[in-house]
Amino acid sequence: MAGLTGRMSTVVKAKVSKLLDRAEDPAETLDYSYQKQVEQLQNVKKGIADVVTAKKRLQMQESSLQQSVVKLDTQARQALAAGNEDLARTALERKNVAQTELQSLDTQVNELEEQQQKLTDSEQKLRAKIEAFRTKKEVIKAQYSAAEAQVRISEAATGVGEQMADVGLAMQRAVDKTENMKARADAVSELEAAGTFEDLTQLGTGEDDIDRQLKQLSSQPAVDDDLAKMKSELAQGGGTAAQIPAGAADGSDGQTGDAAAGAAQPGESSQS
Amino acid sequence: MIVRISGEDQYRLADDDAARLNELENAVVAIVEGGREDGFSETFGELLDYVREHGTAVGDDEIETSDVILPPSDVSFAEAGREFTGEGLIPD
Repeated sequence: MAGLTGRMSTVVKAKVSKLLDRAEDPAETLDYSYQKQVEQLQNVKKGIADVVTAKKRLQMQESSLQQSVVKLDTQARQALAAGNEDLARTALERKNVAQTELQSLDTQVNELEEQQQKLTDSEQKLRAKIEAFRTKKEVIKAQYSAAEAQVRISEAATGVGEQMADVGLAMQRAVDKTENMKARADAVSELEAAGTFEDLTQLGTGEDDIDRQLKQLSSQPAVDDDLAKMKSELAQGGGTAAQIPAGAADGSDGQTGDAAAGAAQPGESSQS
Repeated sequence: MIVRISGEDQYRLADDDAARLNELENAVVAIVEGGREDGFSETFGELLDYVREHGTAVGDDEIETSDVILPPSDVSFAEAGREFTGEGLIPD
């Protein structure tokens, strides 16, 4: 072998050779060997499909979290408009958690996208090598004696085998990563099922682990910022979520509930 | 000399390039064996870049067996370490 004596490449090469040894004798018969390669290409395609499925799943998770964020934001505005700052803060804390998850999911979806692209590229290369093998096989069959042909095809099959082993390796790595991402997505699903991102009207059950975690988060400046921003928007009479109390005030009946009256009458809010 | 970067391509390099490649590879191995991650990705990246820049990609329709196979570009420090202790990219 010309060239490197380095340990890293030697170790990797030795392992790939080992992987190839486990496969059937490449020179077994020419056409059978080709057949085998085509079959393995199908497995590669299946692997890519798995990665695509995992990506779609994460994307669905993402859009459902996106909805939670919007909902929690609306709920925070409503709570604030109704004068319930604690409830608004809780909603914003949950929104914060959801947004953090969302960012992490986004990173993972991009990573899967990258994996998918890489695998598709290597699948195309593998396909080209297999096609080259097919052509070579026919030429060799026609030009060489049986013994010579066997040797040359064996060389070519080893080359294709190496490519195949390498694509297999990339596939394995992608699938491993996919598994990790699935596990994370599952954790998000569980949070949702546990009601973290659910309707705040269902609040009031005992304090659980998540509540405690949320309280720790409550010191986060992001939540304070959000709250301050919402307050100033409300003070300016903006904010779509003020619709409920505003609607009540539109009824021209001044007696529709204290909270609504407090939030909706321009005269009073400028004083407070 | 044919060098494969796992997960990427095969490259054809001049035999003269072997010395520099050896040097770069030894540097990577030294870092891995030192057990400290500092400089790992830079040095490993340098090794791969050298192959990409000095080599010519082997065509998709050419079938060649590699003389050398390098780990994939996204190999982590931990994975590279396991590579030398048996439990590598390809389990023994």
